[in-house]
Amino acid sequence: MEVLNPTLNPSKLSALDTVEKLEQIATQVRRDIVRMTHGASSGHPGGSLGCADFLVALYHEVMKHNTSFKMDGKEEDIFFLSNGHISPVFYSVLARSGYFNVSELATFRKLDSRLQGHPATAEHLPGVRIATGSLGQGLSVAIGAALTKKLNRDNHLIYTLHGDGELQEGQNWEAIMFAAHHKVDNIIATVDYNGLQIDGASKDVMSLGDLKAKWESFDWKTLEMNGNDIKDVIETLNKAKEMTGNGTPIVVLMHTKMGYGIDFMEDNYKWHGVAPNDEQLADALSQLPETIGDY
Amino acid sequence: MLDQYISTGDKDTRSGFGAGLLELGENNPDVVALCADLTGSLKMDAFQKEFPDRFFQCGIAEANMMGIAAGMTIGGKIPYTGTFANFSTGRVYDQIRQSIAYSFKNVKICASHSGLTLGEDGATHQILEDIGLMKMLPNMVVINTCDYNQTKAATIAIAKVENPVYLRFGRPKVPNFTPENQVFEIGKAVKLSEGNDVTIIATGHLVWKAIEAGRALQEKGIHAEVINIHTIKPLDEKVILNSVKKTGCVVTAEEHQMNGGLGDSVAQLLGREYPAPLEMVAVQDTFGESGTPEQLLEKYGLSSNSIVEKVLKVVERKK
Repeated sequence: MEVLNPTLNPSKLSALDTVEKLEQIATQVRRDIVRMTHGASSGHPGGSLGCADFLVALYHEVMKHNTSFKMDGKEEDIFFLSNGHISPVFYSVLARSGYFNVSELATFRKLDSRLQGHPATAEHLPGVRIATGSLGQGLSVAIGAALTKKLNRDNHLIYTLHGDGELQEGQNWEAIMFAAHHKVDNIIATVDYNGLQIDGASKDVMSLGDLKAKWESFDWKTLEMNGNDIKDVIETLNKAKEMTGNGTPIVVLMHTKMGYGIDFMEDNYKWHGVAPNDEQLADALSQLPETIGDY
Repeated sequence: MLDQYISTGDKDTRSGFGAGLLELGENNPDVVALCADLTGSLKMDAFQKEFPDRFFQCGIAEANMMGIAAGMTIGGKIPYTGTFANFSTGRVYDQIRQSIAYSFKNVKICASHSGLTLGEDGATHQILEDIGLMKMLPNMVVINTCDYNQTKAATIAIAKVENPVYLRFGRPKVPNFTPENQVFEIGKAVKLSEGNDVTIIATGHLVWKAIEAGRALQEKGIHAEVINIHTIKPLDEKVILNSVKKTGCVVTAEEHQMNGGLGDSVAQLLGREYPAPLEMVAVQDTFGESGTPEQLLEKYGLSSNSIVEKVLKVVERKK
């Protein structure tokens, strides 16, 4: 872990190994997600829950990053969230990594908050470098940042996350073509391959076909992992890191379950963008023991 | 007074952009350029040749180009994107809105072939709505230059401000009459003549037409105050209001739709601050068509004669 987190109580976790610690943090992040969306009576818990393990592993173990936030991100790894609607997990992980105080999570989606419905830079929330929410734009931005890292002779990496349904936006394929053509090999993109989107299963809404073959035919190197297995996430991302710098961009197809960790939300597209009510919140929290402290 | 403006020869504004970009390449190592398969048309080839490591060919994929540009600002680069005005705005509006304007990224969106004077390619390419689209975006500066020298100066000047900028210029060769080594000040109108009878506020290619109109009006005994308003947003409200308080009426002139353009901005200002008779020389809610630039300006009412006619009308309305 590169960052010291003032909001964590490390003594509670000190006896655990790395994966166990991260699992405990991810459980707390899941509590944050359902509490934040319940508090706002809106937001997107499904994809957020599915990506909690990935983002916790990324921010607490994989990335070299600096929580004293600077927009230019020089000499550190940078992460871009392209599917901005899973802002609950992004905000929770940023807060619990030390970018801002966890108490601010209570302001999610409320007036005058820095935690906008979708991530934005206008309110200067530490950790956010681009506004996302209108889908399909994050990969281009991330590739741009990767090009600047190359021009600046900065050897740190760019990480991204995209929804699988988001890949229906054509701009992604422009970006995918560009990155291969320009040999942008300092980027590790990740797709949340949960197979679901607002209107249902992606195979029914607009089939993505053979996604792995599509990326490979655009000359990207592909990896796959179970995004709800922190050990697999760390090992796969470490493997991806080793593959950088060889003239080819890298994508990880990350198999997750929407709503992972809460039985009645799991693998159900109806939880894409609906907040839990009081009863559902109580049920959800009963399945997620408090680990490092609620905000 | 208007007689002092003499063209040193016809030159295209896009070549002014190319020359400015090349000079920036030499003087500012943070400047990078991106183009969507129109390097020759945008006159970006000299930059590409001199600074190949800082030039990024994006192919025919403008949405991605805007996103790449936004991302390149993270880490301190100053990206200049180049393509036709149509593909620089309408085609990529949401990318500009979210990734550049709302995210406040220091991208310079440089747009050639704007307006009717694109000519023979016709209405598919003749965007007449781009000023409106761009000026509606919070955080966006909107500039429309009038000749080669001003376009070169503006290209260099916009690198000095950390702000998203839309820089609009064109295809045809037009009179080059502004000073070669002018200081380009964003948001500062340039008064070309003093006059008491009417204010003519023009932007882009129509500034020269306004000068021609002002000369013709002089012969009719009407003294026009001609203002070259290269920056449409932020608008130089002080210069406009001071002039209209003196002359009592206004004609605006632009190569753009009446809805959403310069005239629209001036009308809003006058409505709020100093109501006065206003006429607009602009395209009247219609698409363009194929033809030579001069034929099109004539047919769509954007010639110097059209400006004269509107002035006679607006002066009459004062009475």
